[in-house]
Amino acid sequence: MTDTIFINARLIDPVAQTNTLGALRVRDGLIAEVYEEPKPDVAGMTVNCAGNCLAPGIVDIGVKVSEPGERHKESFRSAGRAAAAGGVTTIVTRPDTLPAIDLPETLEFVSRRAALDAPVRVLPMAALTKGRDGAVMTEIGFLQDAGAVAFTDCDRVVTNTKVFSRALTYARSLGALVIAHAQDPGLSEGAAVTSGKFASLRGLPGVTPMAERMALDRDIALLEMTGARYHADQITTARALPALERAKRNGLNITAGVGVHHLTLNELDVADYRTFFKLKPPLRSEDDRLAVVQAVADGLIDIICSMHTPQDEESKRLPFEEAASGAVGLETLLPAALRLYHAEMISLPKLFAALSLNPSRLLGLDTGRLRAGAPADLVWFDPDAPFILDRAKLKSKSKNTPFDGARMQGVVLGTWVGGTLVSEEI
Amino acid sequence: MTFRARHLLGIEHLHPTEITTLLDLADKYADQTRSGTVNKTVLAGMTQINMFFENSTRTQASFEIAGKRLGADVMNMSMQASSIKKGETLIDTALTLNAMHPDLLVVRHPNSGAVDLLAQKVNGAVLNAGDGRHEHPTQALLDALTIRRAKGRLHRLSVAICGDVAHSRVARSNIMLLGKLENRIRLIAPPTLMPSGIEEFGVEVFDNMEEGLKDVDVVMMLRLQKERMDGGFIPSEREYFHRYGLTAQKLAHAKPDAIVMHPGPMNRGVEIDGNIADDINRSVIQTQVEMGVAVRMAAMDLLAQNLRAYRAEKEVTA
Repeated sequence: MTDTIFINARLIDPVAQTNTLGALRVRDGLIAEVYEEPKPDVAGMTVNCAGNCLAPGIVDIGVKVSEPGERHKESFRSAGRAAAAGGVTTIVTRPDTLPAIDLPETLEFVSRRAALDAPVRVLPMAALTKGRDGAVMTEIGFLQDAGAVAFTDCDRVVTNTKVFSRALTYARSLGALVIAHAQDPGLSEGAAVTSGKFASLRGLPGVTPMAERMALDRDIALLEMTGARYHADQITTARALPALERAKRNGLNITAGVGVHHLTLNELDVADYRTFFKLKPPLRSEDDRLAVVQAVADGLIDIICSMHTPQDEESKRLPFEEAASGAVGLETLLPAALRLYHAEMISLPKLFAALSLNPSRLLGLDTGRLRAGAPADLVWFDPDAPFILDRAKLKSKSKNTPFDGARMQGVVLGTWVGGTLVSEEI
Repeated sequence: MTFRARHLLGIEHLHPTEITTLLDLADKYADQTRSGTVNKTVLAGMTQINMFFENSTRTQASFEIAGKRLGADVMNMSMQASSIKKGETLIDTALTLNAMHPDLLVVRHPNSGAVDLLAQKVNGAVLNAGDGRHEHPTQALLDALTIRRAKGRLHRLSVAICGDVAHSRVARSNIMLLGKLENRIRLIAPPTLMPSGIEEFGVEVFDNMEEGLKDVDVVMMLRLQKERMDGGFIPSEREYFHRYGLTAQKLAHAKPDAIVMHPGPMNRGVEIDGNIADDINRSVIQTQVEMGVAVRMAAMDLLAQNLRAYRAEKEVTA
C-alpha cells in the first residue's frame, strides 16, 4: 500500500498544544511520520491541505443511533455518514435504544450492524442497570467482553443509592467506566426549561440549576466510597463546577463532559417555544454558559460532545412541554465548537484536546493524537469558511438541529478513518 | 397607532396604545350592551369557533355571548371529547379546522405555548383564551377595564396580586398589562407559589399579606389552582386561608376605597372570605364578568377588522 502525504497542513496537535504548518505521512492506516516542513520530499499520494487545518478526528461520546427500535430516526448508516461529514471518526453510542442495550446479545447486534453500515468507528456503550430501570445491574463483565466501552443509564439517574453504589463497586473491580447524568430526579421531574425569569415569562415548568450540583455531590460521595471510574456526561451549570474541581483535586477518578449546545446557546434561544431548542438538561442562563466555556478552556471540563439525539418531526411538532428533548449534532459539532475559537475563548489545540484527545484517553484509545503510530483518524477543515446551515441538507435521518438557518464558520474538507477517506465531498 | 395585531396571543407583544384602543372600544360596548344598542352586524358573516382543550364554562360562555351579540356564527367544539382522544396532534387538528375557513378561533389549551403553535398554522385570527401557565390576555384586559371604570384611571395605581402566582396565567398577563401602563405591582404569595425569577419582572414581592396589602388601590385575588398542583405547595387549605385568605382584617390594610377582584371561579373560604366577595361596596367581581363580554366583543371586532383588511390587501396584490 502506498503512503498518503498530507502537505501544507496546519497541524493541530492536542498533546503538544501546538498549531503549526507541517506535513504528515500515513501508511497502513497509521500515522507513519509527522514533518515540521510543509512539503517534505517523500514519495506517495499527496493531499494538499492548502494551509487549512489537519487535526485528529473527533471522538464523540454519547451518540444516539436509534437502532434497535427506531431506525426511522437514525440508522448506523445515516449516523455514520453524518459523523464522516462532521469530522467525527469515532462515535461512542448510547444504550437508550428500544430495547435498551443491556445484554451481550443486544450489544452484539449493535456491533454487527455498525460494522456492516457505518463508515466510521463505532464503540458501543451498555446500560448500567437492566432496562435502565435503576434496579438491577447489568452483566458488566460479559458486556465488557462483548465490547462495551462504558456503562450508562443515559439520562436516567439511578435513584437508589444502594443499587448505584453496588454497581460502582462492581464496575471498579472490572476497571469499567461509569457515565452518569447529574440531575436530581425529584427537582427535575416534569421540567422543560431552567427555572428563572425566562421560564416564568413563558409559563413553562423549570428545574433549578441546583439540581445538577445536588446530583453531582451525591455521586462524588459515592465515588469516595467506591473508588470507581466516573464520568459526568454533561456539566452545564456554574454551581456544579466547584464540586467537580474539589473532587478532581482530591484525586477521585472523575471526568466531565458538556454538550456543544450548552456551550453555544442559552435558555433565551428557546424564544417563542422553539422545540428544537428543548434539550436535556435544558439550556442554561448566559452566566452558566460562560462559566462552562471557561471550565472547558481551563481543562476542568474534559470533553465536548454533540449529545447527538435524533428526533423525528412528529415528536418535535408539539406544544413545548409535550415535545421530545434532544438535538442532532454530529454534523454541527465542529462548526459550533469553532464558535468558541472565533470568539477567542479557546484555542484550536485546546478545542481538539476536548474533542479528540481527552475522550480517547478516557476510553483508553490511541486515537486523538497526531503522532507516529497513532491511527490515521484525521479531519481536514477550513476553520474560517462561512456557511448558513440548512437542516434539509443534513445527512442524519432526523433534522432536529437548533442551528437551522444559523451562520456558522468551519467546513470539513475531508475525514479519514484508518487512512481511508470516508467523507463524501472533497 | 391603533390596533395592529393579527392574533391576540398575549399581552407581552401588545403596545400600550393597542391596549388603550381595545379598552376604549370595550368601554363603548359595555355601555351599548347596557342600553341595548349594540350593532349586531359587526361580525356578520364571520365564523367563530371556540376550541377548548381544557374545561371552561365561564370563559367559553363569555366568548360565545360576545360573538353572538356582534352577529357572528358561533360554534363550540369540546376538544376533550373529539379527535384528541383519537390521537390527533394539535397541528393536525388546527389544519383540519383551518380547511373549514373559520374567521375567529378562540383557543384554550393546558400547555403553555400551544396557542402560539396553533396560530402559526391557521389563516384566521386566533384569540388565546388561556394557555397553560403562560397567558390569558382577555382576562387581563377585562380586569384592566374593570379597574379603569372603578378608579377612573389605569396608571399610577398600586395593585396587589395575591395567591397562586406560580400556576396563574392570569397573574402573568396582568403583571405585563399593568406594568406596561405604569402601575405599581405587588405580588403576595407563599414562596412555594411564587414563580422563580419573578423579582426581575419589575414587581415587589411579599410573603406577608398584611405588609403586601398596605395602601393598595386594588386587591386582585387568584384562585388556588388545585388541578395544577402536583403536590405539596402548601400544607393545607385552612392554613392557606389563615395566612393568605382575604378577610376584612387583612383588607383593612389596603386603602379604604380599595376594590376587590377575583377572576373566578372562587374557592370561598380558601382564598377569599365569602363576606368580602359579596360586599357590594368593595367587590367588583360581578363587574369583571360583565366587562369580560365587552372586552371580548372589542377584541374580536378589532381582530376581524384587521383580518378583513389583510384579506382585501391580499386580493389587491393577487
